[in-house]
Amino acid sequence: MSAATQDTAVSTGSFTRAFLYLVLILFALFYLLPLYVMGVNSVKPLTEITGGNMMALPSVWTLEPWRQAWSTAQIGVEPTGLKPYFLNSILMVVPAVAISTIVGALNGYVLTKWRFRGDTWVFGLMLFSCFIPFQIVLIPMAVVLGKLGLAGSVPGLILVHVVYGIGFTTLYFRNYYASFPTELVRAAMIDGAGFFRIFWRILLPVSGPIAVVSVIWQFTNIWNDFLFGVSFGGTSQPMTVALNNLVQSSTGVKEYNVHFAGAILAALPTLLVYIVAGRYFVRGLMAGSVKG
Amino acid sequence: MGFLDIRNVTKSYGSVEVLHRVDVAVEEGEFLVLVGPSGCGKSTLLNMIAGLEGISGGEIAIKGRVVNGVHPSKRNIAMVFQSYALYPNMTVGQNMTFGLEMHGVPKPEREEALSRVAKLLQIDHLLDRKPGQLSGGQRQRVAMGRALVRNPDVFLFDEPLSNLDAKLRVDMRTEIKKLHQSLKTTIVYVTHDQIEAMTLSTRIAVMNKGHVQQLGTPKEIYDTPANVFVATFMGSPAMNLVPATVVMEGGVPHAAVTDADGTPRHLRFSQANLAAWAGKPILLGIRPEAITDPEGADRKSANIVALANRVGVTEPAGSDTFVTMQLSGKDIVARMRADALVAPGQVFDFAVNMEKAVAFDPATEERIAP
Ligand SMILES: Nc1ncnc2c1ncn2[C@@H]1O[C@H](COP(=O)(O)OP(=O)(O)OP(=O)(O)O)[C@@H](O)[C@H]1O
Ligand SMILES: [Mg+2]
Repeated sequence: MSAATQDTAVSTGSFTRAFLYLVLILFALFYLLPLYVMGVNSVKPLTEITGGNMMALPSVWTLEPWRQAWSTAQIGVEPTGLKPYFLNSILMVVPAVAISTIVGALNGYVLTKWRFRGDTWVFGLMLFSCFIPFQIVLIPMAVVLGKLGLAGSVPGLILVHVVYGIGFTTLYFRNYYASFPTELVRAAMIDGAGFFRIFWRILLPVSGPIAVVSVIWQFTNIWNDFLFGVSFGGTSQPMTVALNNLVQSSTGVKEYNVHFAGAILAALPTLLVYIVAGRYFVRGLMAGSVKG
Repeated sequence: MGFLDIRNVTKSYGSVEVLHRVDVAVEEGEFLVLVGPSGCGKSTLLNMIAGLEGISGGEIAIKGRVVNGVHPSKRNIAMVFQSYALYPNMTVGQNMTFGLEMHGVPKPEREEALSRVAKLLQIDHLLDRKPGQLSGGQRQRVAMGRALVRNPDVFLFDEPLSNLDAKLRVDMRTEIKKLHQSLKTTIVYVTHDQIEAMTLSTRIAVMNKGHVQQLGTPKEIYDTPANVFVATFMGSPAMNLVPATVVMEGGVPHAAVTDADGTPRHLRFSQANLAAWAGKPILLGIRPEAITDPEGADRKSANIVALANRVGVTEPAGSDTFVTMQLSGKDIVARMRADALVAPGQVFDFAVNMEKAVAFDPATEERIAP
């Protein structure tokens, strides 16, 4: 990756180069500033925040705010901390990402390699689903979940996110598989492999980059979703809703240090996914768009 | 009934018919080449034999069993694709045995078949590599190996050499021919390269616009092309076609043409049946190698006609010298020995082997003689 960037970089004089770095570093600092504020304030006692400078490093270091945010903070009426909600989020996000990615891959496979009459229409409608705002589907979705008996449960949230995500994942995989040579599928057919065998043995092993794109996209979207969570979460609300309840509570003193720790906790999983899979993300996006 | 029967097969996409009543019977051990210009339906026909495209009309039978509707994997065929279609995530060995694995062949037998074919194709040192780590020629071999391990009834090749450079293409051509001679398998081979068609085949089907124009041995196709299309498509440089009129002289039909200076000339035909065309216009077809310098003329021919004509352009090509001149207002090409002494603008005595001449009806473009 870095070799590729250097190859394509325009060569410049050392003065321009220094100037470029300076600008880039300034930008980076600017973007990192909120993280810094969150970080330092989550390890200070509350008195240091209310009485002093938000930007200063703590004079007394403490992990107490983190412990509180995780396990004892008041969320709504219960002093449970964010822990159970974090668990809810995990229970929701893992199956939802897995299912929507697998279904998207299958859809992409069918739409490119097992084409049928009207397939472009089907794909068009799926694309269309990417542009429907969340708010429009709230009421019909509530009705459907009610009828299915899934209202206010984790499986209900999984269903909502899978349905909403399939449009995107199908788009990704369809475009990726469109450049996959059809002759390979034909060769496998002659070799005697069936529908699933071809998918499993021939296509899936080369789908790594686009699967990463799909997983990152779905993970961040589902993890960060607030609207569906607050509408359909019921008793199994996700992390985002709990964080809101923690921060927005109007009773008692505002424990900013706990809030900061909670916010970081809520952002941690997506951060982790980006760090682990981020470099494949760009690669996968490119693979889908430009060939070769 | 043949080993592979294609009976009255048609193919339509919607309302467009792209193959019209194709009828070919292939005997066991034959090497049939489907040749024709781009878009004539060669690949479509091959894919129908393979079962990758549906059959709109007629039927295809392999070893007497009608296979319309039989799944590709159950037809006992193997196919080599133009792009080789090697599975990128599998090693060469896995690529070659994938078909056997899918057909439930036990591992020891797979290994045995693999080592036998790998030795035959001299790729046994490549078995652990991925296709991405192979050269074009090696990929080509692996693709053929994948077809060979299955021991199929019919091999289907779709332009397997068109991705190789010129030299390798010639080498692989010889190799395929050798393979066919030693294994004696039935092969249907698609190409748009007429030299490949001539050198490899035992029979050729020349196709154009979804019709089989002519089906025959390479010699039949070359010497007695069924129509103007086949005559010009097969052979390089192409057959010379000039407008002429049949005239009778001493009871023998002659072709009346005019040379480069506008002087009328009469070239004696060997084919007596052209007497029926006396006074009528025809298209006279002469292959470049039938027009030579007198010393280079075919000694066995009973009908060498002298033709003095003004030389237009000479193109020495190493082994031969090609001479372009005018006949009946058309540019024609003669193939001379490399050291024939011809100079542009000079009037030269050419020898025309009229025994090899072909005549076509200008209206229907069908062959009328021989
Ligand atoms: N899916 C399709 N829908 C409509 N027409 C098609 C389809 N596939 C092929 N054709 C048409 O069928 C004809 C034959 O195509 P085919 O691929 O068999 O040509 P070919 O002889 O193999 O040519 P080439 O040498 O370029 O490979 C072409 O005119 C093509 O446009
Ligand atoms: Mg083709």
